[in-house]
Amino acid sequence: MTLSFQQILSRISFSVLAALIGICFALPLIWFLFAPFNARAELGLEIPSPFTLKNFFTVFENTFAMRGLLNSFIQSIGGVVLVGFAATLAAYALSRSDIPGKKSITYLLLLFSSVVSGSAAMVPIFLIVSKLGLIDTHVAVILVFAGGLLPTAMFILRDFIDGIPKSYEESAMVAGASSMQAFRDVALPVIRPGIVVVVVWAFVNIWGSFLIPFILLRSDELMPASVAIYSFYSEAGTPIVTLLAAYALIYSFPVISLYLFVNWKFGFRFFGGIKA
Amino acid sequence: MASISFQNVTKSFGDFNAVSNASFEINDGEFICLLGPSGCGKTTSLRMIAGLETPTSGRIYIGDKDVTGLHPRDRKISMVFQDYALYPHMNISQNIAYPLKVRGENEATRGERAQEVADVLKIGHLLDRLPAQISGGQQQRTSLARALVNPSQVYLFDEPLSNLDAKLRLEARGFLHHLQHSMGMTSVYVTHDQAEAMALATRVAVMDQGRIVQFATPMEIYRKPATTFVANFVGNPPMNLLPVEAMVEDNRLKVKADGLDVADIPMQRSFAEAVANNPNITLGVRPEHLRATAEAENVVRGKLFANENMGAEKLVTIERPDAARFTARIFTDDDIILSEDVALGFSSQHISLFDTDGNRLALDDE
Ligand SMILES: Nc1ncnc2c1ncn2[C@@H]1O[C@H](COP(=O)(O)OP(=O)(O)OP(=O)(O)O)[C@@H](O)[C@H]1O
Ligand SMILES: [Mg+2]
Repeated sequence: MTLSFQQILSRISFSVLAALIGICFALPLIWFLFAPFNARAELGLEIPSPFTLKNFFTVFENTFAMRGLLNSFIQSIGGVVLVGFAATLAAYALSRSDIPGKKSITYLLLLFSSVVSGSAAMVPIFLIVSKLGLIDTHVAVILVFAGGLLPTAMFILRDFIDGIPKSYEESAMVAGASSMQAFRDVALPVIRPGIVVVVVWAFVNIWGSFLIPFILLRSDELMPASVAIYSFYSEAGTPIVTLLAAYALIYSFPVISLYLFVNWKFGFRFFGGIKA
Repeated sequence: MASISFQNVTKSFGDFNAVSNASFEINDGEFICLLGPSGCGKTTSLRMIAGLETPTSGRIYIGDKDVTGLHPRDRKISMVFQDYALYPHMNISQNIAYPLKVRGENEATRGERAQEVADVLKIGHLLDRLPAQISGGQQQRTSLARALVNPSQVYLFDEPLSNLDAKLRLEARGFLHHLQHSMGMTSVYVTHDQAEAMALATRVAVMDQGRIVQFATPMEIYRKPATTFVANFVGNPPMNLLPVEAMVEDNRLKVKADGLDVADIPMQRSFAEAVANNPNITLGVRPEHLRATAEAENVVRGKLFANENMGAEKLVTIERPDAARFTARIFTDDDIILSEDVALGFSSQHISLFDTDGNRLALDDE
């Protein structure tokens, strides 16, 4: 097959363009992997020489930053447990029961959560939390995150559960199970892939969030990593790139390992026992 | 084992009646088939017995107990679902033994019983697999095994054989028949396959659009279909139906249609009433009661339309001047030569008559 000059030219230019776009995405990631191991890292890309772990040791000595990681864990896990638990039960009820108007309830909640939550609602949320006397507590952060994420989580899960035939639980109940047993023995394991998706999504959301904890918390001991990362800025407000890079790598580690763990343990997959 | 009783049961979804005012009694140890076309309310009826659907009005009894509002688990029933509903995360053994597990049997007993039932149903070698790892037919037998593993008062089957190939289906049908005879279990079996219903049932309930149109033994349904709907649904091929005009003369019934000669029929009370009302009635003849003939009476004539060889028999279809078709089942032993014009004869004992509304006209001694 012979290609005309024009075809060759268009192929070359396509490849060049694709490569350029690829580089734009790859460069920050490569920097993100290299900079933490470079004692003299700057914003430019540079292969570390010598390769060093010194940045990490300095970061480990920063108790505020380390404490921040722990706080992030407390808040994320608290939020995830609450969202996972409440969303599962609510979505199951909304999918399986025949409450009149359940469809509109779900849509209304979803609408409100997207309009109301986020920065626009920070003032009223702050006022409510302070009225409850919860300012500067983990509980406040967990509750506000859970409230913001629940409607969407419920919506995703309800759709997932709607797609699962009722006959699973029905056959369990006919076999002699109570509604509760049918839920626990049969429905829950079948819904699990959906719950896992929601949990991962909620974790990533809370883990990376800055504004809510920044506003609701006062004391350094409670700040999560997303806020604590500012301790790697100098007094003048310029970032200390070496430490920032090392801390960022540590900070991203839980999210990456969560994805890997879930994929290995549960797999984002589903198998059925229902006649197609 | 127990009896089942429906008393004026109606189930509506919105303003649509899936089951309308159904009343019937199922005796202890009977095997009842609910037979009818898709969407006629068979599954809904079954689900009301199971307690998965609550009747809009009416009462349901199992044994002497009013179970109308009772939770499914308190009804001591077993059910095979139309879609099997095997638990995807449990292996076949755990699936079969689940009814024993929720009733608190220990693990050893569960395994033993599951193995026993699975062996009978020839899935004993699959116990460690997941439902997704076995074939459709094997899944069906697993769900059958799960229904049979625990002794129940009533066994409910929702088209349990629909997904098996022809040979396995016959085998499973024979097995169910045998099981029914040896255990005398009260069963309600949903199917839209009339042959299955005829083969298995002690009595058949034929349903149409949420109503039970006939509830009788297979033989009675076959010989004396209550309506043209039943006549048309039961039998393979179904009964031939022909609109005719009737009149009464000398206390005999005369029926007339193009290309049809019927000897006068002895008068019956129901005939007189119906004809007085509206002389347009329907004549029904079963394909197996038709044969090629040279006689002049009790004959229907038409052009040969199709001649299908089925092995033991032939299906000969003729098309009449009014485009209605008549099919005859003719045993290939009586070798006949078919020309373009065919005359099919029948005996007047074997005809059914239906009034204008399609209801069977009974004989005086019925
Ligand atoms: N939950 C429901 N909501 C609304 N309509 C329903 C519901 N369940 C059943 N129906 C309707 O009731 C009618 C009877 O349904 P059913 O499932 O009993 O039919 P069936 O006789 O079992 O048919 P098939 O042979 O196709 O399984 C159908 O027209 C169906 O559309
Ligand atoms: Mg059905």
